[in-house]
This record gives sequence, C-alpha cells and structure tokens, in this order.
Amino acid sequence: MTTLTDPPEESFRLSMLINDTRYRSYTFQFIALMLLIVFMSYLGWNLVQNLAEQGQNISYRFLGEPSGYDINQTPIEYDSQSTHLRASIVGVLNTIIVAFLGCVSATILGVTAGVLRLSPNWLVRKLMAAYVEAFRNVPVLIWILIIFSIMTAAMPAPSAFRGDAPDASMVFGAVAFTNRGVYVPSPIWGSGSLIVVLLFIASVIGVFAYRRYATKLLYDTGKLLPMGWPSLAILVLPSVIAYYILGQPISLEYPELKGFNFGGGIHIRGSLIALWFALAIYTGAFIAENVRAGIQAISRGQTEAAASLGLRPRRIMNLVILPQALRIVIPPVISQYLNLTKNSSLAIAVGYMDVTGTLGGITLNQTGRAIETVLMLMLFYLLISLAISGVMNLYNNAMKLQER
Amino acid sequence: MKTSVFFAAMTAAGLSAGAAAAGTLDDVKARGTLNCGVTTGLVGFAAPNANGEWEGFDVAVCRAVAAAVLSDPTAIEFVPTTGKTRFTALASGEIDMLARNTTWTFTRDVDLKFEFTGVNYYDGQGFMVPKALGVSSAKELDGATVCIQTGTTTELNLADFFRKNNMDYEPVPIETNAESQQQYLAGACDVYTTDRSGLAATRASFENPEEHAILPETISKEPLGPLVRHGDHEWGDVVRWTLNALIAAEELGVTSANIEELAKGTNRPEVNRLLGTEGTLGEMLGLDKDWAKRAIMVGGNYGELFAKNIGESTPIGLARGLNAQWTDGGLLYAPPFR
Repeated sequence: MTTLTDPPEESFRLSMLINDTRYRSYTFQFIALMLLIVFMSYLGWNLVQNLAEQGQNISYRFLGEPSGYDINQTPIEYDSQSTHLRASIVGVLNTIIVAFLGCVSATILGVTAGVLRLSPNWLVRKLMAAYVEAFRNVPVLIWILIIFSIMTAAMPAPSAFRGDAPDASMVFGAVAFTNRGVYVPSPIWGSGSLIVVLLFIASVIGVFAYRRYATKLLYDTGKLLPMGWPSLAILVLPSVIAYYILGQPISLEYPELKGFNFGGGIHIRGSLIALWFALAIYTGAFIAENVRAGIQAISRGQTEAAASLGLRPRRIMNLVILPQALRIVIPPVISQYLNLTKNSSLAIAVGYMDVTGTLGGITLNQTGRAIETVLMLMLFYLLISLAISGVMNLYNNAMKLQER
Repeated sequence: MKTSVFFAAMTAAGLSAGAAAAGTLDDVKARGTLNCGVTTGLVGFAAPNANGEWEGFDVAVCRAVAAAVLSDPTAIEFVPTTGKTRFTALASGEIDMLARNTTWTFTRDVDLKFEFTGVNYYDGQGFMVPKALGVSSAKELDGATVCIQTGTTTELNLADFFRKNNMDYEPVPIETNAESQQQYLAGACDVYTTDRSGLAATRASFENPEEHAILPETISKEPLGPLVRHGDHEWGDVVRWTLNALIAAEELGVTSANIEELAKGTNRPEVNRLLGTEGTLGEMLGLDKDWAKRAIMVGGNYGELFAKNIGESTPIGLARGLNAQWTDGGLLYAPPFR
C-alpha cells in the first residue's frame, strides 16, 4: 500500500522572498513602492527646503483675503471685495458651465456625424469625413482662436446698432449679435410663473409616461398608438393654456442699447461662445469616430436580420444597432468628456474666466502663491474628472450587456 | 500640462537654491551671458526690431548691465515674459534680472521676495478710447467694456477706480499687449487701460493714431523699474548702481559723445569717480573700474536713452514729465557716487 504523504510543510525563510515565485513579485512590488515613496518625499522635501531657503512657505491664507479684481462672467454674486476663494469658486462654476455645454453639444454633434459617416449617401458620408478630419487634426487652441477672431472681426460692434439708420439691427428685434457676444432676451418671472414651470415639468414627465405606455401596449397587444402629435400636445398644451389663464405671468426683457453696451437680457459672451463651440466641434469629431467604430463593431448580420423582419433603416439604427453600439461607445466617450473638461483650461486664450483664469491666473499673479494655487488647480481637475468618470461609469454599468 | 508646470516649479526651486548660494554675479560672469527678462513686445520699451535685435528703453537697462558686468552689451539672452510668467521666471532663476515695466509694490517687494533696484520710469495708469466715442473723462466710462492685461497691477487699480466712482464696467482680460490691441481696434472693447507709457507706445503702432485719445485721468502710481531676486545683495547692487550710473551721467552731463574725453580725467571728482579715474567704486561692486563707462557708452545716459526710445521725437512721443532730473523738477535723483 502506498501512502501519499504531503510534502513537509516548509517554514517561511527570508530567502524565499527572492527565490520563491509565490513571494518574489510581492517583494519587487514592495521595493518599487518604497522607491517611489522615497522619490516623491524627496521631491516634496526638496520643495519645502528650497522655499524655506528663499524665505517662503506654503500657506493658504491668501484664500481669505479680498481678491481686488473683477470677473466679467459671474454665476454667483461676486465683486472685487470678495475673497480669492470666492473668485476661485466663480472660476470653478465657469469651468463647469463651459464643460457642461461643451459635453452636451459635442455628444449631439458627434453622434450625428458618426451615424452620418456611415450613410449610404456619398455626399453626406464625405462631408462628415471632411468634418471629422478637419477638426480632429487641428489643435483645439487654434479653433478657439479662429472662432473668437471671426466673431470679433465679422460681427458688428454695439455702436453699429446706434442711430436712426444703424449699420446693424437686432434679429427679430430681440437678439443682438455683436462682437462682444450675443444678447438674448431674459425671462422675467411674474407671480404665478412657478405654476407654469411646474406644469411644464409635469408635461415632460407626462410625455415620457405616454411613450412608455404606448411601447408597452405595442409589445403586449401589438396595437400601435400614434407617437408624434400626442407627445407634442402633452408637452405644449397644458403649459400654454395655463400661461394664458394666469394672465401671461412670464414676460421677456429685451436687450437694449444703453450707453456703451447693450443692457438687459442675457449676455452670452464671445469668449464663452468661442470656447464652447471650439470644444464642441473639436471633441465632437473624436466622438464621431468613437460612434462610427461602435456601429461598425456590430455584426452586419444584425442589420440584415432586422431588415428581414421588415424594419425600416431608421428603426434598424435606433432600435437594433445604436443600443448595442452604445456599450462599445460609452467608455471612449467618457475619456473624451474628460479631455474636453481639461481642454477648457485653454479659456484664458480668449479671456474666459475659468478656474485656470481666476485661481491659476490672476490670483496666482497677485499673490505670487504659485505652488499653492497650482496644487489646488490639480486637485480641482482631478476631482471633476473623477466625478465625470464616476457618473459616466454608472451609466455604462446600466447600459452594458446584462448577462442572464 | 498643469503637472509639468508643478514639477518644473519644483525642479526650478531646486536649481535656484544652488544658484542663489553661488551668487548671481559670479554665475553671470561664468556663463558669459546675462539672462534678462523683458516683455513679449511693447514698442519703445522692449521689442525686437526689423533685424530681430531687441531694443527699447527697458532693453537698454539690460544692455547697460551686460556692458558693465561682461564688457559686451550684446552678451544677453532675452527672455520674453508675460505679466503672468515674469515673477516665476525670476524667482526660479531662469532670468538674472527682470526689466519689464514692472510696478514696484509692497507685496512684490516684501511678500514675493524680490528686490526692486530703482525706478527707470515713473508711470501711472490711464485710459485710451476711440475719439469717435466722444468721451472726455474717465468718469464718463460707466458701463464700458474695458480691455485689460491680466496679471498686472492695472487690473486691481481698475477695480478700485470703478468701485470708488460707483460705476459699472465689463472687464475683458487679455494675455498680451498685442492681443488687447487687436481687440480694442476691432471694437470688442470700448476702452483700453494700462500704464500711460504703454498706451502711448500702443497708440504709436496703430494705423491711425490720431483717432484715439488718452484720457486725462491718471488713476494710479506706477513706478516701473528693474528687479532681481531678494537676498543676493551683491547682484542687486550691480543692477541698482548701473541704473544710477545712467541717471547720474545725465545729471553730470556725461553723454555718449563726450564720455571718451571725460574718461581721460577731469577736474570734477564725481565724474572721475563715476568713470573710474578716481577711487575704487568698481572694485567695491566686484567689477573693474571702467564698469560705468561701458554701461553709459552702450546707448548714452538716461536722457539719451529716453530721447532715443520713447522721447518726443519718437512715434511714442512721451514727454519727460516726472521722469526729468530732480534739477529740472522731475523725480530722478541718483544717490551720490562716492
């Protein structure tokens, strides 16, 4: 009878850290980590030491002091007596505004261009290819400057709107396109306007509910309800009726030429427009390529199968191809969003006061606290990038193939 | 990009510690060139000419220092800096001195650890408007859109001025003088504000300078001068006294025309001490006895430099005003050479 004996349990010896393949990788990873920590702490120590030698230190006290400068686009209340911290927050909000606008428009632009790039129509296909190649291959800074220069040079100055026979006039008497930006009417919220707004939000929810019901009915019973005009009716009618019943509580304030500039209304500055458009069309070109790649990754058989069921080409795209392509498209699009957000730091090229312009620009300059402000900037961009990828990863998880 | 700036700042901080210990004067001598920070281009003060050589009133200070230290006014590496990059460039040791119409303020001197070595131009902030606007005073600028170079003291003065007068304005921050010029001419802003000398220089480069007016108000004091890093007093002394030599030379009547003759020796002791035929002032600075003579010979004394670069006969057309010698009722007053 043979007995199987376990090999004798070897006690742990120090040499196993090198010789035993089970531990060796840990050893080397540990050594690498230690070296990295030593290197980073050397850099940090070196920095503090050298600053001390120059008689400087790391201090964030300047954040509480009055900034002393004005910012043109202020989403929250701010004047030159506010603190540097508040100026930074204004900058952060401006960054978020342009990043949000940019991401939304880039997505719309990118998905449209990506789908059209695969169009059977030769002209459309080639036009979209030209768009993608032209915008993807020229640095975004150049696009920002081009759009800004065109706006400054081609649009009329506010003074051109003055006089009895002005050189320029407002579109529909409500929107003024000037070389300082676009002035649009702003709503004035009278009493009762809240009801209209709430009703409108309810209508939007109603539209979704109706469409869901219609889809369910279609799947369950095969009965097809009309989609188009009922949605529109649900969306518009209640709010419009309420608006007139309540005596038109929401009115518009039109921009008017006052002194040097237009007053009243909402001023969308040229710098914001230039930055927003440039980021949107530039990133849109990349997203178009991601979308195209995603669509092409879906097997041709899917299209053919859908077609053999009698679906029309648009429905094939919307119901069969795009939902599957999205799974492939979302992860690279996340990194495009991150790129767009970080590229928005080029704002200073056109004088848009984002966080790089306020905290990393004027505050840095006036206080001379370069290291402190740059550290804060790095932290901010890190946080906002992590936040965007966090949200997008949630969406990605919701969209990805559900294994059953 | 932000990361690279951060690491660059750290390594630069590391390098500069070594540099400060060795002494900038020795460094410059050993290197054989002077690294001088100037503007990215402001006609009359610092701008490359048609041959690509830097020239201007601020450049002349660099050249005088280079001549005094290295005996060669062309042994200069000019480093163009923006309002934003100038202090980092100086603090990190990338440049040895900054001659870039920089305003001497308390925080820059004390908190940012720089040493202003004197004033080469007494300036004040003003406003330029197109004459077509019909504005005759800065007090009428309520609601105007104002182009402004970001990262300068003018930004703060502007905020103070409008707040004090209870007026509104829309700031359009711009990185360089060239860009603001473009914006202003396109009508994207109603007003351009910076130091009056800068306004005059900018207006001089316009196609139709007579269509633009500089408003009478001066809203701030802007003493502009060269600066060096705090703590290296030997080097600070060299730059300070080179500038003083240029100013004193005008007061003493030493010009580029008569300097050769005066350097042979005169019966005026202060001229002799300045030009090194008497005393050992040069050695005290760590230079040789002809240092001031070389500095003055580059482009002449302060008055000659002023007349040649920004004076009334140039397109910039600035009057001496505050920048006249104290003997003529101005503020220029070089301490005695003894």
